[in-house]
Amino acid sequence: MSMTMTARSFAAPGAAARRRKGWSSLWLVLGGLYFFLPLLATFLFSLHGKKGALSFIAYAHVFRDPEFLHTFSFSLEMAVVTIAAGLALMIPTAIWVNLRLPRARALIEVFALLPFVIPPIVLVFGLIRMYSRPPVMLVTSPVLLIAGYVVLSFPYIFRSVDAGLRAIDLRVLTEAAQSLGARWSTTLFRVVLPNIRVSILSAAFLTFSIVVGELTLAVMLAWPAFGPYMALVGRDLAYEPAALAVISFLLTWGSLAVIQLASRGGRGQGPTAGGVH
Amino acid sequence: MADIGVMGEGARSAPLSLRDKRTPLRTWAGLAPFLLFALLFMILPAGVLLIGSFQDPQGRFTFVNLAHLLRPNILHSYLLTIEVSLVTAVGGGIFGFLLAYAVTLGGMPPGIRGFIVTFSGVASNFAGVPLAFAFIATLGRVGLVTTLLKSLLGISLYDSGFNLYSFWGLSFTYLYFQLPLMVLIIAPALDGMRREWREASENLGARSVQYWRHIALPILLPSLLSSVVLLFGNAFGAYATAYALTGGFINLVPIQIGAQIRGDVLHDPNLGYALALGMVVVMTLTILGYTVLQRRASRFTRS
Repeated sequence: MSMTMTARSFAAPGAAARRRKGWSSLWLVLGGLYFFLPLLATFLFSLHGKKGALSFIAYAHVFRDPEFLHTFSFSLEMAVVTIAAGLALMIPTAIWVNLRLPRARALIEVFALLPFVIPPIVLVFGLIRMYSRPPVMLVTSPVLLIAGYVVLSFPYIFRSVDAGLRAIDLRVLTEAAQSLGARWSTTLFRVVLPNIRVSILSAAFLTFSIVVGELTLAVMLAWPAFGPYMALVGRDLAYEPAALAVISFLLTWGSLAVIQLASRGGRGQGPTAGGVH
Repeated sequence: MADIGVMGEGARSAPLSLRDKRTPLRTWAGLAPFLLFALLFMILPAGVLLIGSFQDPQGRFTFVNLAHLLRPNILHSYLLTIEVSLVTAVGGGIFGFLLAYAVTLGGMPPGIRGFIVTFSGVASNFAGVPLAFAFIATLGRVGLVTTLLKSLLGISLYDSGFNLYSFWGLSFTYLYFQLPLMVLIIAPALDGMRREWREASENLGARSVQYWRHIALPILLPSLLSSVVLLFGNAFGAYATAYALTGGFINLVPIQIGAQIRGDVLHDPNLGYALALGMVVVMTLTILGYTVLQRRASRFTRS
C-alpha cells in the first residue's frame, strides 16, 4: 500500500508536469497563430498595392495624402490637450483623496469608473443633446470633443496616478517638504510629481493611444480626426487601409512599449488593459 | 510616552486636523473641479438621456418609449448585441484563461510570459478601425488568408458559409481584443494559485481532473466569472470596430444609436434616448456583477 503511494507520488508529478507543458505549448501555438496571422497578413496585404510586385506604394499613397497629415495632426493636437487637461484635473484630485480626504475615495473611484458603464456612443449622444441647444452651445466647439476625451480617459488616468501615489509615502514626503518650508506649489512640482513620473507617463501614453485613433466621438461630433479619416479610406480603397492598420498598430505598440520600458525602471504600473473599441 | 501611538495616529490621518474639523466643506472643495467636470460632461448628459427616455416629443411624461424597446427590430438588436457580447466573452474567457494558464503555471520559460503579457497590453488596445482593417485584409473576400486557402487548399471560405461581415465574423474579430484582456485580468489570479495546493492534492492521490474539479476551479471561479462579465461589458459598448467592419450594416444597439444620432432614422428621438438608457442599464448590471464577484474573488487572493 505504502509502496504504491510512494511510487505514485514520485512518478505522477513528472508525468503531470510533462502533460501540462504539452497542453501549454499547444495553447501558446494556437494563441500565437490567432494573434500573428492577422498582423502578418495585414502587412503582406498592404504590400500588394502594385499589381504583380511587392511594394510600399500603399504607404506612399497614405503619407502623400494631405488628408492623412491633416487629420493625424488634428488628432495629435486633441491628444496633447486631452492629456494636459486630464492630468491637470486628475492629479490634484488623486492627491487630495490620498492626502486629505480618504473618505471620498469610494466616490471618486465610482466617478472614475463610470465611463466604463456609459459607452462612448451613449456619452456622445448625451453630450450632443445637452450642448446643442441654449443655454450652452458647445457642439461645434472642440471643447466638447476634448471634454468627451477627458471623460473617456478618466479610468486610465485615475488608476495610473492613484497607483503611483499609493506606491510612494505621500504623507511623509509632503510633510517633510512643508516642514522644510516648501510652499504647496514647490511640494507638488519638485517633490510629488517627480516621484510619480512613471505613472504620469503611463497615463499620458495610454490616453494618447486611445485618443489618436478614436472614432465614435470624432465621427458623431463631425471632426476631421484620424479615426474618421481611416474609416473613410476603408470605404473607398483596398490596400491603403491595410497600410493604415499597420501604422496604427506600430503607434499603439510604440506608445505602450514606452510605458513598459519606463515602468521597468521605476515604481508604478505597466499598461492598463482595454481601450475604446 | 503612552501618547506616542495616539499622536502618531493623529499625525498620519491629518496633518492639519484642527482646521479640517472646523471646515470640512473647504476640504471637500478640493474635489470640486473634478466633480464639477464629471457632472457637466458625464452625469448631466446621461441625465438628459434618462429624462428624455421618459418623455414624448412634446415633453410630457410617458412610458411609451420603454414599451417601444420591445418592438421586434429593437428587441432583435438588443438580443444580437447580447449574443455577440456573450459569445466573445465566453470564447475570449476560455481561450484567454488557457493562454494565461500556459504562461503562468504551464512551465513555460519566463521570457514567454513577459512577451505574452506585453503583447496582450498592446493587443487589448489595438481595436476600432485598424482592427477591422486587419481582419478585412486577412479574412475579407479578397483577404490574404481567404485567397491563400482557395489557391493552396481549394477551400472557399465564403462559399462554405463564412462571412467576416456577419455575426461570426464580427465575433471572431472582437476576440482579438477580448482574449488579451482576459489574459491580463486573469493572470494575477493564476499567480495566486500556490504550488503547495497542487502538490498537497497530488500527494493525497488526487488526479489532475480531481485537482481542478475540487480545488482549482472553486478557488478561481469568482475571478473567472468576474473577468467574463467584464469582457461582456467590453464587447457590449463597442461601436468603432463593428462600424468599420460592417459599414454600419449590422443591427447592434450601438450602431442603432449611432444611426439615430446621425439622422433621425427611428423618426422618434425619444426612442433613441430609451435605446441609450437600455444600454446603460445593461452596462450598470454588468459592472455591479463584476464588483460583487471581484469582492468574492479577493477573499482568496488577499492572503
